[in-house]
Amino acid sequence: MIETQTTLLTWMTFTPLIGVAAIGLLLMARPLLGLSQRAVDHGARLLALLTTLPSLALSYVMWRDFDGAAGGVQFVHHTPWIRAFNIEYFMGVDGLSVTMVMLTALISSVAVIASMPWGIARDDSHHFSRRQVPGYMALLLLLETGMFGVFCALDFFLFYVLWELVLLPMYFLIGIWGGPRREYAAIKFFLYTLAGSVLMLLGMIALYYASEPTTLVDGTAAAHTFNMLKLAEQANRFELMAPILGLPFTKVVWVGMFIAFAIKVPMFPFHTWLPDAHVEAPTPISVLLAGVLLKMGPYGMLRVNYPILPEATLWAQWGVAIFGAINIVYAAFVCMAQKDLKKLIAYSSVSHMGFVLLGMAAFTPQGISGAVYQMWNHGIISPALFLIAGVIYDRAHHREIEGFGGLSKNLPEYTAITGLAFMASLGLPGLNGFISEALVLVGAFPVFKVITIVSASGVIITAAYYLLTMQRVFLGKLNEKYAALRDLNWRERLTLYPLVALMVVLGFYPMPILDLMNPTLHSLVLPFAQRTGLVTGP
Amino acid sequence: MESRVLPTNLLAFIPLFPLVGAAINGLFGAHLQRAFGKKAIGLVGVALPWAAFVFAVLAVAQLWREPEGTTLVHRVYGWIGVGFLSVEVAFALDRLSAMMVLVVTFVGSLIHVYSLGYMAEDKAFWRFFSYLNLFLFAMLVLVLADNVLLMFVGWEGVGLCSYLLIGFWYEDLANARAGAKAFVVNRIGDFGFLVGFFILFWGLGGAFTETGYHIGSGYSLAFRDLPALVATAGDKTLWGLDLFTWVGILFFVGATGKSAQIPLYVWLPDAMAGPTPVSALIHAATMVTAGVFLVARMNFLYAHSPLAMTIVAMVGAATALFAATIGVFQYDIKKVLAYSTVSQLGYMFVGVGVGAFWAGAYHLLTHAFFKAALFLGAGSVILAMHHEQDMRKMGGLGKVMPVTRWTYWLACVAISGFPIASGFFSKDEILWQAFNTNALLVPGWLPWLLGFAAAGLTSFYMWRSYFMTFTGPLAKIEGHGHGRGHGHQDAAPREQPAVITGVLVVLAAGAVLASLIGLPMLWTGHAPWLEHFLAPTFAAAEGLPKTFTGHEAHRLEWLLMLASTAVATIGLGLAWWLYRGRDNPVPAQLAARFPGTHRVVFNKYFVDEAYQRSFVWGFMSTSRLSAWFDQHILDALVNLVAALTRLFAALDGLIDAYVVDGMVNTVGNGVRASGRGLRQLQTGRIPQYLAVVVAGAVMLVVLARFIVDVYT
Amino acid sequence: MAQVGLQHFLVVAALLFALGIVCVVTRRNAVAVLIGIELLLNAAGINVVAFARYGGNLLAGSAFALFIIALAAAEAVVGLALIFAIHRRLRSVDLEQTETLKG
Repeated sequence: MIETQTTLLTWMTFTPLIGVAAIGLLLMARPLLGLSQRAVDHGARLLALLTTLPSLALSYVMWRDFDGAAGGVQFVHHTPWIRAFNIEYFMGVDGLSVTMVMLTALISSVAVIASMPWGIARDDSHHFSRRQVPGYMALLLLLETGMFGVFCALDFFLFYVLWELVLLPMYFLIGIWGGPRREYAAIKFFLYTLAGSVLMLLGMIALYYASEPTTLVDGTAAAHTFNMLKLAEQANRFELMAPILGLPFTKVVWVGMFIAFAIKVPMFPFHTWLPDAHVEAPTPISVLLAGVLLKMGPYGMLRVNYPILPEATLWAQWGVAIFGAINIVYAAFVCMAQKDLKKLIAYSSVSHMGFVLLGMAAFTPQGISGAVYQMWNHGIISPALFLIAGVIYDRAHHREIEGFGGLSKNLPEYTAITGLAFMASLGLPGLNGFISEALVLVGAFPVFKVITIVSASGVIITAAYYLLTMQRVFLGKLNEKYAALRDLNWRERLTLYPLVALMVVLGFYPMPILDLMNPTLHSLVLPFAQRTGLVTGP
Repeated sequence: MESRVLPTNLLAFIPLFPLVGAAINGLFGAHLQRAFGKKAIGLVGVALPWAAFVFAVLAVAQLWREPEGTTLVHRVYGWIGVGFLSVEVAFALDRLSAMMVLVVTFVGSLIHVYSLGYMAEDKAFWRFFSYLNLFLFAMLVLVLADNVLLMFVGWEGVGLCSYLLIGFWYEDLANARAGAKAFVVNRIGDFGFLVGFFILFWGLGGAFTETGYHIGSGYSLAFRDLPALVATAGDKTLWGLDLFTWVGILFFVGATGKSAQIPLYVWLPDAMAGPTPVSALIHAATMVTAGVFLVARMNFLYAHSPLAMTIVAMVGAATALFAATIGVFQYDIKKVLAYSTVSQLGYMFVGVGVGAFWAGAYHLLTHAFFKAALFLGAGSVILAMHHEQDMRKMGGLGKVMPVTRWTYWLACVAISGFPIASGFFSKDEILWQAFNTNALLVPGWLPWLLGFAAAGLTSFYMWRSYFMTFTGPLAKIEGHGHGRGHGHQDAAPREQPAVITGVLVVLAAGAVLASLIGLPMLWTGHAPWLEHFLAPTFAAAEGLPKTFTGHEAHRLEWLLMLASTAVATIGLGLAWWLYRGRDNPVPAQLAARFPGTHRVVFNKYFVDEAYQRSFVWGFMSTSRLSAWFDQHILDALVNLVAALTRLFAALDGLIDAYVVDGMVNTVGNGVRASGRGLRQLQTGRIPQYLAVVVAGAVMLVVLARFIVDVYT
Repeated sequence: MAQVGLQHFLVVAALLFALGIVCVVTRRNAVAVLIGIELLLNAAGINVVAFARYGGNLLAGSAFALFIIALAAAEAVVGLALIFAIHRRLRSVDLEQTETLKG
């Protein structure tokens, strides 16, 4: 097959890197031009914005031109990279990644705007948006490149490099611009994820040496391959490999990979890094962490574990579903007991990501589409929730749920937006969260009846903790301490309104997103469904 | 009956109008109110529901012209399509939804008008109308939905609006709590609804078997497709029970949440924290009947499952009696009406539970009128009393509020079941059908007996509220200025303006006139008009077995009718005797005579407290336990791993310093020592060096010579 | 009288070389040592020229001899300069007394 190549994804991925270079040049030029600190800060902010928005525009072009019905990998950019190890530079999107790439572009733009100091009191020089701005912006852009890359890379080695690339800026962004316990949180995040990456690295190398000879994109012969599509074609071969320490090869590799990705999801019991990271991270970083980084976990499972190690995936089906249900119910219970608003939202992320695992495990079209749509929806809703937590933290300088009360009297707009986001998150029909959760539950039900029912009971707990939070923070008598708080400013509107609008629009009309991914996802789970005897849908 | 689908493009407008109203008032209401005053808000908020009513009438008129069994369907767009699951945003109008849509838009619009008067003084006027319009939108989606999932949108949507409106005066935390309670309790019901929906979707399409799930054909969620699927899915089972029973019971769980039945009724009395028009519209006339509507909608399913029917009927009957007993002891006028609503909803469930779906629907309709009239009458009283709701502080209002009094009187006649107003006909039909049914697992007289007892109590507590409020010496208003800043100057209660009384008159007239469409066969000689009208929708009910037929049945029906009237009269008489004046000592004496019973019933059987101590406590404990586990076990494990790693690193550091580095240092020290020895050779004397050089050269020559000798 | 042959030259050179060695090793005066070194170099020069004349490449031998003469001159210059420097510093050219190279 002759692939038509396009550099669109490459441009999209590396445009932010141009911004990093530009910020570097700006810093170097500073003594020459005699720029003030203020000017450099503003320049860095402007450059970040100017290199993020083109990526957003390119992602729009990609969405417009992506042929959802055709499925398959599109927008391919494929060329040999490191010949010694048969590593290629292979970028492309299919129905699974196209939504994630769009999400990355959108949430990155939101995060950059949320990093502006507009509306932050002038005397608050310690605010993260005023400290070491060029460094912050450069790291943010580097992170963006990494995230785009992870979702576009189809060469395993490239994927791994970019996966690690994401880790580094995140570590510094939390560790330098974070809250009081930032160092603890940053190190915890970094080491936890890195521990997973090691497993992934080992698995990747194992698969590489187990792969059979093939050719690179330019026709050169290659003894082994990192090409994920070709690895998937060779899935049967991995079943014949010699056992590792007496355990079946594919299962060992599968479990290693799965843990690497499960840490990112994060899946119970590997989730405890998340609340700490979220609580300490500055708002835009929480937004990116919840909106995009968590999605890398299930994305990796669907990109690696599912197509490359199908036998082991079948073997682990029940385990994934059970862990999904535990995530949903357990994290929801933990949410109820939280006192810090941001921690509550972090745990609610854990709970909602459980739906992704449950839907994935079912191997039904509804389940898998629901799972990926849930990734997308969670990527819209949880950034909004973290922005909401940021709004109140910027004003009151604390996030104790019990410490507020009656805020809706003076902040009606903020209350309305919060209410809507809470409702979307608790799965109110008519908003986007409902569609994906309903799809997941519908899809999972014929396969795991009891697990699904247990998971569905999560909707009760979710409603309880959100309404309790609503009541404690916004309703009741106004706490006089906060009588002077201002309602939303334009920066906050600019970040929150698009997300809220998407919640409503995609709740009533989800097909634009579902249509993008349905064919790809359904062909992904079709072999499994055939094996389990559950072939649903055309 | 031949069913037939007729495409139309009218139906979507019915819910659209209130949605537009909600959007206008919700997004721009605050500005509009500032710029143009409350009139503009009121105009938008009231005109659009009436527009919806007009369109509803148009749509029903179109349906009317079509033959029986026609369903008007308006497909708007494809909502969700994944695999077999294909859900459209589509609205359908059959005869059941025609009745519902008229009730909802008509009563709803009237209550909007009433709200103009009731909420006139409220600062958040725009917010109220936005919520109220949004509610109407959700309710219309619920009623008109073409499929189960879209219905669920309306189902939860009305729950949301209920939450928002109960907590409308959110500055009082108790109101906010009541709203949250309503929402969460409803969510428990919704959980049942959801699971029922899963079983329905998968069970009717394919089959659950011992070995797993098997794919079938014909997956659909559209209500009009379901009867055919049900008819072909006769022997499918799941976990030992047949499918219809499961779906029926689980949908009924949803219905107990929304329609406030045992065990999930606890939210409705608390919901009275909302403004009175809200109580009238949402918590009496429309939303709470959604559960009844759901069961009626699914009639073809319940008709197949005696167990599900029995559960519905018995829970309904038990709720009817249980709530009535609580209602007897309430002093808050709205609480009386709230428990009365729970009780009346119980009747409706008895109706749909015994297979008399049309009777349940009929009671729904009549109840919408008389209970709305009662609530709005109570609202008028509450306004007159400056937001005093305790009936012990009222009295004699009949003299100063004639319109409110007589409309309340008419509604009381209707609800307590005197054969001149609508409540009699609907309730009596339900009781008779319950008595006569042979489709349940229990004999029909059991639900009848519970309902019959409840009827007496209903008559008693309704007339009690009437006498306590409107007769006796004229009440004085205490402690005005309390509440929401109503700036009345005068202290005496007086009649409310025409915008309020006019609505009362219309509703009271409706409560009487609604009897015309349900006059029993015994009186007219032919089946009630409404039964005939709804028959195509409830075709499944036709084959259900009856105990009595023919003459015997007629005789019994007369007998029961007389008994009902008698028990209603006894209730009225007792209430008249005990509460007509302020001075009858009997109630207090009775309470003193049976202190235990009185305490238990007066405190609503301590159900709320029991729930608080069991479920809520268990829930919160689980939550705290989970959080504790997460922080002190899981996270501690992670930190332990980190600590162990650090310990290992420290050990490793020691080894490195003393073992590995020690070896390196040993080599270095050795080199240094040998160097120290060798430097002794460097004397610095050049002649010595030269001598050594010469000696070396000589040695080299000798050595070379020697080597040459050896090798040659 | 016998023809003067290669051996004669070699003997002369060997004697000269031996004298040079003795001079270098035994004398304490640095200038004398330098003279001894000159003897050594010239002994080697005689050898080179003799070998070239009696059975080698005449040109190469002559070139080497010339190099040795040049080298000797250079060496004498550097050596004398060093001796001057030593003398200036230590006020002596007695090699027994110069021990600053001691390790």
